[in-house]
Amino acid sequence: MIFYVACAVAAWLFLVGVYGIATSDNLVHLVLCLVVVQASTYVLLSAVGYRHGGVAPVFADVTQTQTTVDSVVQALMLTDIVVEATVVALLLAITVQIKKRTGIVDPNNVNLLRG
Amino acid sequence: MKFPLRQLLFFVGAIGMAILYALAFAHLPGPEGLRSMYRDVINLQTVEQRHITDAITAVNFDYRGFDTLGEEFILFVSVMGALVLLREEKDQGGEKVPDAAWPARSVPPGDALRVWTLWMTGPVVLFGIYIVVHGQLTPGGGFQGGVILATAPLLIYIAENLEVFKRITSHEWIEIAEAIGAGGYALIGLIAFFYSKPFLTNVIPLGPGGTNINVLSGGMVPLIDLTVGLEVAAGFVVLLYAFLQEMLVKQGDQ
Amino acid sequence: MNDAAITVLQVMTLVLVAATGAAVVFTRQPAHQMVGVSFFGLILALMFLLFQAADVALSQIVIGAVALPLMVMLALGKIRRQSIEQDKKEHGE
Repeated sequence: MIFYVACAVAAWLFLVGVYGIATSDNLVHLVLCLVVVQASTYVLLSAVGYRHGGVAPVFADVTQTQTTVDSVVQALMLTDIVVEATVVALLLAITVQIKKRTGIVDPNNVNLLRG
Repeated sequence: MKFPLRQLLFFVGAIGMAILYALAFAHLPGPEGLRSMYRDVINLQTVEQRHITDAITAVNFDYRGFDTLGEEFILFVSVMGALVLLREEKDQGGEKVPDAAWPARSVPPGDALRVWTLWMTGPVVLFGIYIVVHGQLTPGGGFQGGVILATAPLLIYIAENLEVFKRITSHEWIEIAEAIGAGGYALIGLIAFFYSKPFLTNVIPLGPGGTNINVLSGGMVPLIDLTVGLEVAAGFVVLLYAFLQEMLVKQGDQ
Repeated sequence: MNDAAITVLQVMTLVLVAATGAAVVFTRQPAHQMVGVSFFGLILALMFLLFQAADVALSQIVIGAVALPLMVMLALGKIRRQSIEQDKKEHGE
């Protein structure tokens, strides 16, 4: 049951984030709405990996006979979080350059093909 | 496109996506049907096969080490891209701005702030090194510990001003450390070639196992943790320094 | 008994995640939104903890609640500095 609740929350986060990107009027606000969109994938992946009654797969404290959650999906999530940080860094660097060259931070008014 | 038209278009797309999403999840076999044998097998095998107790680090750096190599290079290349984007151009005006990120810092930081941040720098560095080194025993690893290590010069920047930060972090050694970290992972993978095994096979002796698992067990995984921690820490320090850089100085100064 | 408690906590945290995500999107000022993103990262880390993903929670706290708002703050400072400089140039001419 928790699986379906988590999938619904993932869809909600995705749609809210895309709404924020589509109707944004500031480039930095747009980048932070992208963070919300990426969070929807985290919610979905952690719901896929969860097993009812499972514990964390760190065997320093947990014996091998207990049911644990999935560890391969968590490796995917780690990569996802690191890539999120790098994407935000690159997008912010692009935003700073756009502001320096055209003086505008409104994505509706940025026209980079201007001569 | 005007605003209300854009919102209308968005809602049409959103409703369509929601309907397709619900249909897709109705046809999936459900949470019990998404089980696979692979993950149960890995969870049962990490302690005996690799002498590692943190299954996630074992999957990240040993069973799936090649994907983590790609992820580390994503980090490296994006730091490089951000540095290129934030570079200063040589033909700007001749104004020298002392602290480019903030307009003139007229209020110096208070004494309580300076004492607290300077005293916290040591424990933060120690904690970051602890997380990096114990990556295969408890939750942690190279990436998390590297980012913790990268916040230590930042505490010094908060306590003092930009000149002290630059004195610590503007050496070439930080960039050399980042390069060593990034290339070291690939070179460690090449060690397996000497044993006629595929790239990134864990061929170093595994160390103590059973109930005596300590920081030396796991074979190649502690070494990879160290190089990844070095690379991530140096990469984030270089990135922060690029964001904090002052704008360029004189015109005839080539 | 224990499983039911954890399930209730998970549902509550998921609702909190959805609400905080909506709050982040509907805050229009980037400086205010950055605080919201930091809080959102913390709530996500709590959710990861309840779904028994310890490594991911540590990574999310460190990156999503410390490094990310830091970069956003520095970029905002640089943008504000550039707009002050550009206004000075326009009024000086």
